[in-house]
Amino acid sequence: MESCNCIEPQWPADELLMKYQYISDFFIALAYFSIPLELIYFVKKSAVFPYRWVLVQFGAFIVLCGATHLINLWTFSMHSRTVAIVMTTSKVLTAVVSCATALMLVHIIPDLLSVKTRELFLKNKAAELDREMGLIRTQEETGRHVRMLTHEIRSTLDRHTILKTTLVELGRTLALEECALWMPTRTGLELQLSYTLRQQNPVGYTVPIQLPVISQVFTSNHAVKISPNCPVARLRPLAGKYMPGEVVAVRVPLLHLSNFQINDWPELSTKRYALMVLMLPSDSARQWHVHELELVEVVADQVAVALSHAAILEESMRARDLLMEQNIALDLARREAETAIRARNDFLAVMNHEMRTPMHAIIALSSLLQETELTPEQRLMVETILKSSNLLATLINDVLDLSRLEDGSLQLQLGTFNLHAVFKEVLNLIKPIASVKKLLVALNLAPDLPEYAVGDEKRLMQTLLNVVGNAVKFTKEGNISITAFVAKSESLRDSRAPEFFPMPSDSHFYLRVQVKDSGSGISPQDIPKSFTKFAQNQSIATRNSNGSGLGLAICKRFVNLMEGHIWIESEGLGKGCTAIFIVKLGIPESLNESKLSFMPKMSGPQTNFTGLKVVVMDDNGVSRSVTKGLLVHLGCDVMTVGSSEECLRVVSQEHKVVFMDVGLPGMDGYDLAIHIHQKFTRRHERPLIVALTGNTDKVTKENCMRVGMDGVILKPISLEKMRSVLLDLLEHRVLFEAI
Amino acid sequence: MDVISQLQRQFIDYTSSLYREGYVDDQFSQLQKLQDESNPDFVVEVVSLFFDDCQKLVQNMAQALEQQNVDFRQVDSHVHQLKGSSSSVGASRVKNACIAFRTFCEAQNREGCLRCLQQVNQEYSVLKNKLQQLFRLEQQIIAAGGSIPMVE
Repeated sequence: MESCNCIEPQWPADELLMKYQYISDFFIALAYFSIPLELIYFVKKSAVFPYRWVLVQFGAFIVLCGATHLINLWTFSMHSRTVAIVMTTSKVLTAVVSCATALMLVHIIPDLLSVKTRELFLKNKAAELDREMGLIRTQEETGRHVRMLTHEIRSTLDRHTILKTTLVELGRTLALEECALWMPTRTGLELQLSYTLRQQNPVGYTVPIQLPVISQVFTSNHAVKISPNCPVARLRPLAGKYMPGEVVAVRVPLLHLSNFQINDWPELSTKRYALMVLMLPSDSARQWHVHELELVEVVADQVAVALSHAAILEESMRARDLLMEQNIALDLARREAETAIRARNDFLAVMNHEMRTPMHAIIALSSLLQETELTPEQRLMVETILKSSNLLATLINDVLDLSRLEDGSLQLQLGTFNLHAVFKEVLNLIKPIASVKKLLVALNLAPDLPEYAVGDEKRLMQTLLNVVGNAVKFTKEGNISITAFVAKSESLRDSRAPEFFPMPSDSHFYLRVQVKDSGSGISPQDIPKSFTKFAQNQSIATRNSNGSGLGLAICKRFVNLMEGHIWIESEGLGKGCTAIFIVKLGIPESLNESKLSFMPKMSGPQTNFTGLKVVVMDDNGVSRSVTKGLLVHLGCDVMTVGSSEECLRVVSQEHKVVFMDVGLPGMDGYDLAIHIHQKFTRRHERPLIVALTGNTDKVTKENCMRVGMDGVILKPISLEKMRSVLLDLLEHRVLFEAI
Repeated sequence: MDVISQLQRQFIDYTSSLYREGYVDDQFSQLQKLQDESNPDFVVEVVSLFFDDCQKLVQNMAQALEQQNVDFRQVDSHVHQLKGSSSSVGASRVKNACIAFRTFCEAQNREGCLRCLQQVNQEYSVLKNKLQQLFRLEQQIIAAGGSIPMVE
């Protein structure tokens, strides 16, 4: 029953083969079953393995393979159908799973390989980071050393301590054998060994600065390795067996205050350098590392800064000492000057009084003498005496004024005054002299010039008079023009007076006066001397000048007291000259407060002719207009008539004065006068009658008197004359003659 | 500012030249003094009046001198008038011409009078031009905003 007809019975020789197959299959199965077990065991151990699913698949695959092989064991002998089915099932399953696994592995194996590459990559990276960490740490070390060194160096301002500390600290940090500093000598031609670390007393050992190795170090701002045999490095006596260590040299710039520009970094071009030499220990086989060199360079720079600070400090201490000395000297000088001034003032005061008393006597008596009967010769002599003594008196006054001005004891007497009046007064004072010399004087007051101002009227007038007087004095012919206006800010800053900075404000204004003459001028180099005391302009031969040369100096001092400035411009000799001064005057708060009574438009005496009714009779239209203009200007209420008849018709009690032109055709003025007398019988009703005539002869006067006229005025009439005539008339009710 | 001071300088120079050359004398400056805010055109008015007067008188004198029988007394009275006017205004050259004229009138010298009349006419014309120029300058200064300087 075991063998069927279709299957050949197994060879008995094959029993051995079968046995071996049997055993192999068994072991294979065993292996196949144990591999997944191992896998599961180890995967369980490591939690990170990502391919569990694959493992499961793989496990399944293996188990099924194992199962297949195991079941194969039963197929060697006769087996039932069930076995066959089981066998087939398992084989099929195995086939499926193994194909699936094979497919899966196609995806998975590249991944697994790349894991490996990544691992390699990460390992490299880790190595690199390690290296960098090492570097950073070294740098940090270096930095720490530098900071510490700098701290040590900068903690002192004493030069020697700085340098010593540098060497000591460097020696310590870098474990140097020797460290030395060579400084340039005063001449700059040699380097002298100034400081060393180990040797306590450096011999004054010098090397010339032109050595190539030194030039090499000086031209680079890095630390440079130099040969141990070069002169700067031979610091220790070389014994035979020493293998000298490496030597490095670095330049230390010696900076001065002048090396620092405001906006730039210090330039290291015009430099003096010191040389720092550092030696590693001999026989140590140590090499200079980059970070050590960097440390040295940084330290060298820091030392440079610290040294410059020390130098600045030294200098400022020296300057302070110098200043103190100067202060003491100045104080002494000031006290001496004060004593001198006091002595001079005392002298002046005494002498002044002593000098004035006799002067007064001379002047007074000479004036009295003038009044007496004298022969012409005598008169001449007395006049000369008077003139000379007046001069002398002026000189004495000037000198006293000047000395008071100089030591500041003169003070301005401020008050409110009429500015326009000051100018007119000066003009009036100068007119006689000017007209004698046939000079024309023009006054121009700006329309915005205030009428009233607060200041020292007397001294302003004195200044103005002096300046104008000078102009008149030094002008032989031509004209003089005086201009006065309020100076505005732009014109205040004059290029000729750059140190003058006036500030107009609400309560003050600056008055600018220019006096221009067409006289002999001053050459430009003499202009500054004009204001110095006693300096006369030499080119003006002193024929005409009778001043002491003090006038302008006094003016300058007055102007300065008034916070102003005065100067002269001239284009040269013969081209005339212009004197200009600016003074500060106050603006009076309100006219009500000024102590002056309100001035009428005409500056002059206080009489007011406003509303005075007068009659003017003149047949000449032009003369009539002129006379009317005069009277209107004085404030009168004028009625004009062209003939005596008309005059008689018009004249009434209201009219206070009748001005009539005599020498008319027709009814003479004389007849008119008689008629007026007839018309007004009572004296107080009658207007005053005044004749205007061009004739000066006695006949006219007599005729006027005869007909009862109250006065005669000679034509042409000036404003002043008319005013005084009216005054006299109204006061005395009679005037007999006003020529 | 510069324009004004330039004009003022011009004015001063011109006025000074008028005085210097004797065209006007002190009386003219008296007239100028009488000019103020209440009477701003006083000088111009008086001067215009004078020129009109002068013209009229010159015409009358010319007429009178043209007659066969010259009435010297009348001529003289005209000259007297003119002299009076010119001295009121300060026109010194005209006045001087008038003075010379009067002597010829008294001497009854017709030729002399005619000559003097010519001279008077000439002087008056010249003065008129000059004063008109002066007034123009004054106008310019005022128009530029400045003030008329006083000349003594």
